[in-house]
Amino acid sequence: MTFQNNPPTVSKLAQSLVIACMGIGIIFAILVAAKTTSGAMQFHAFIFMTALTTGIIAIINLSGRIEDEAPVKSPSGVFYNNNIIKYGVIASAFWGIVGFLVGDILAWQLAFPVLNFDLPWTNFGRLRPLHTSAVVFAFGGNVLIATSFYVVQRTGKARLAGEIAPWFVFWGYQLFIVLAATGYLLGVTQAKEYAEPEWYVDIWLTIVWVTYLLVFIGTLWRRREPHIYVANWFYLAFIVTVALLHLVNNATIPVSFVEPKSYTIFAGVQDALTQWWYAHNAVGFFLTAGFLGIMYYFVPKRAERPVYSYRLSIVHFWSIIFLYIWAGPHHLHYTALPDWAQTLGMTFSIMLWMPSWGGMINGLMTLSGAWDKLRTDPVLKMLVVSVAFYGMSTFEGPLMSIKAVNGLSHYTDWTVGHVHSGALGWVAYVSFGALYCLTPWLWNRKGLYSLKLVNIHFWVSTVGILLYICAMWVSGIMQGLMWRAYTDLGFLEYSFVETVAAMQPYFIIRAVGGLLFIIGGLVMCYNLWRTILGHSADEKAPENIDNAIAAQALGE
Amino acid sequence: MTFQEISSFSQSWGLVFLVVMFIIAIGYALWPSNKKKFDDAAKRALDED
Repeated sequence: MTFQNNPPTVSKLAQSLVIACMGIGIIFAILVAAKTTSGAMQFHAFIFMTALTTGIIAIINLSGRIEDEAPVKSPSGVFYNNNIIKYGVIASAFWGIVGFLVGDILAWQLAFPVLNFDLPWTNFGRLRPLHTSAVVFAFGGNVLIATSFYVVQRTGKARLAGEIAPWFVFWGYQLFIVLAATGYLLGVTQAKEYAEPEWYVDIWLTIVWVTYLLVFIGTLWRRREPHIYVANWFYLAFIVTVALLHLVNNATIPVSFVEPKSYTIFAGVQDALTQWWYAHNAVGFFLTAGFLGIMYYFVPKRAERPVYSYRLSIVHFWSIIFLYIWAGPHHLHYTALPDWAQTLGMTFSIMLWMPSWGGMINGLMTLSGAWDKLRTDPVLKMLVVSVAFYGMSTFEGPLMSIKAVNGLSHYTDWTVGHVHSGALGWVAYVSFGALYCLTPWLWNRKGLYSLKLVNIHFWVSTVGILLYICAMWVSGIMQGLMWRAYTDLGFLEYSFVETVAAMQPYFIIRAVGGLLFIIGGLVMCYNLWRTILGHSADEKAPENIDNAIAAQALGE
Repeated sequence: MTFQEISSFSQSWGLVFLVVMFIIAIGYALWPSNKKKFDDAAKRALDED
């Protein structure tokens, strides 16, 4: 395909069409701002206008910018779009810190309720979705978009499809995050866990997400390698399934087109099942399949070893796809959901042990012949520990889905601990590993600013995670046991507030663990920043080759 | 079409469909002549780019 051998150009037609669409969007936003009775929606309309206006200016300037940038050919002769991934790396690091910070504020609020400050905008109920959306969608989402754009280009040897569309995906997604986050603080929510944004933000995300899907498929379409590498299958499953989940669970009817409030089309237990079908598959396809895509590219790349068993990776993929989608009902044990549906959810969850552990073994065994690198490369250590946490939390999850265990664990801190062993240990660690890999690759540095700092990040964060999950195990199991304790006369032994008081020391331990995790994150940001600047702490030699040549020239 | 009809269809033919799809996927993964393709693909991440 010859077009890939030439530097990329922007189509004038596409530019004009996108500008026209954005212009229509601005007119809509002005109408909403004028007609709405909701202050929050008016505020969102103004954000929308500002964002779209900035977008139009950026698109007008786009052609000039690409020429200025002087695209570089890769060794195999492809002009990769690296610039967008650089933005993705920075956005991921930024949102990661925001999400971790809000999470730790919540942890301290649980330990010391006075920190709610009696203000509507800062109370736990509004900050909690801000935390979950910031870590899952803002941090995790940006990592997935950036790494998927990187991996699909390299493994297919093709430039990212479109010159405007990828930037629309990136900035459109940031706009979604800002609208969702400010909405929560102002009290705009449809009260569905992990799907809190209201209908108009949902529609915006749908537009962005479909564009993301088209960019990804378009890039696969122009690939030079006949076989589609397995990491891309995981990414594609993540993009397609999240689109499906998002559309079904957010099927709502707004009370008016200029008001934020909407009502879901489902009712009662059907709504509950739809919600947990959504939420569990958000875990299965956003937080698992997508990040497995990262594992299948970055672990082999960093270890410089082929995938241990490519066949196992295909079996891993299809069993995850066929099993995960049924596991949602385990969130509704002992509720109005029919008993057979609960048992079905439990059975499929237990079957997930097989692909999860198959995948973990495949990731870990990819290091065969390269285990010594764990001593010298803390980035690889982080990636490997993330795979170990993947194995651990996907062992714990099916265990907790067994009805008898769930009777003890449900609604307790055990669940919170389980989620965080997956989120901090697996999702965040594999993301950190990917960011540590990508930064020197994208900015053409020989290596990271400091491997020692990576090691410090690793240990500080790991201690933080261990404090967090151990505190939650103790606190959660204690909480569950106290709830079901009876006296000799058949009365409940503890009042609810007594269980809360008993948990306070563990809340404090958890908050300290979270603080360590943020400190680790900040160390990473510093390290990445110095890497981008081209500094090196580990060796005295100048970092990039240009400097080396310049230094040599000065010496002579 | 009643709920009963939809549910008996999905519990019989739906099940058969998914199981057959899964067997095809496993068959693809284990098919002997695919070995070379997969061995090459396992090294894809190590390419120079």
